[in-house]
Amino acid sequence: MAIEIHPLEQFTVERLIPLHIGKLDISYTNSALMMTVAVGLITALTVFGTRKAALVPGRWQSVAEMSYEFVADMIDTNAGHGAREFLPFVFTLFMFILFSNLLGLVPYSFTVTSHIIVTFALAAVVFVGVTIIGFVRHGAHFLRLFVPAGVPAVLLVLLVPIELLSYFIRPFTLSIRLFANMLAGHTMLAIFGGFAASVGFFAIIPLGVDVLLVGLELLVAALQAYVFAILTCLYLRDALHLH
Amino acid sequence: MLIALPKMSEGGPPDPVADPLARLGARLDRARAKRGGEGAAGPDDPAGPGDGQQGAGLGLRIGVEFVVAVVVATGLGWALDRWLGTRPWGTIVLFFLGVAAGMLSVYRAITGIKMAVGYRRLDGPAGRQRAKDAWDEDEE
Repeated sequence: MAIEIHPLEQFTVERLIPLHIGKLDISYTNSALMMTVAVGLITALTVFGTRKAALVPGRWQSVAEMSYEFVADMIDTNAGHGAREFLPFVFTLFMFILFSNLLGLVPYSFTVTSHIIVTFALAAVVFVGVTIIGFVRHGAHFLRLFVPAGVPAVLLVLLVPIELLSYFIRPFTLSIRLFANMLAGHTMLAIFGGFAASVGFFAIIPLGVDVLLVGLELLVAALQAYVFAILTCLYLRDALHLH
Repeated sequence: MLIALPKMSEGGPPDPVADPLARLGARLDRARAKRGGEGAAGPDDPAGPGDGQQGAGLGLRIGVEFVVAVVVATGLGWALDRWLGTRPWGTIVLFFLGVAAGMLSVYRAITGIKMAVGYRRLDGPAGRQRAKDAWDEDEE
């Protein structure tokens, strides 16, 4: 009866095309493959979707335009005035995470965003980028971000470290949130799937749960991409407008 | 800055022909900006559309906030201790700082000063409205 359940097996990175430069392992992995697929699909959607550019958009054009407008709207409401020039970046980020999350839900595929190194790399790009933008725009004035206004000097000794800390924690919260959500969701799916395989007739119950979970995971996939993008917008706003 | 600001008409969904359509678009934008200014005025709604979506987004967001702050800060303290040989002190101090930073992050995430570092709320609803209008004119 004992069917072995390996809920974490799905996260294994495998080398598809081994490649080495010196000691550096740059093999083309299943992870890289899924990233390529995601990028390819996004490119296809945006390029072919808008090629005809009809006045009354067709389905694909609608999807492309809606996602564009969704991100544009998000930037306008959250990053404030003058942040439109970062639209390409935020749009790319949002679409990449969204597609990676959604592609991960396809059976037998691989969830890129369930690996902390991937999400942390994305978050680090945002963090470093935002910090650079802040310094470019405001120079040393940017440091005022860490000095709360109207606080007695004595308290500043305590508050500035706290502010600094909460600033430097950003890439961690940003990456761990996305990674943990994807990891937990997919592990849960696999566990219930494993139940279904091992309990015979009553498999209908865990299978039903799995169906519901897939729905939930669809929501989480979209929501996490959204949260990541929106937090990027908020960070951008900090850097652009200096609270 | 580094990148030239793309005009809306280039980057946006292209509508080459329709002048009346463009005007309609502009009117829609203005109406939307107005409604956004009134309804969702407070800087305390990070989410754009939809209340439920916003709530769920917020919920998923703040769960991680506190834990990560404490863990990362404590880890940093531990690393500093190893490096500087100040055994318990860095860990202790940074643990408490981490707790404080975590609480601050959660507090900000739910009260609407958002994730902003720093306490000031520069742009009140009025400021926001003005910024929005200026932006709108920019687009037209």
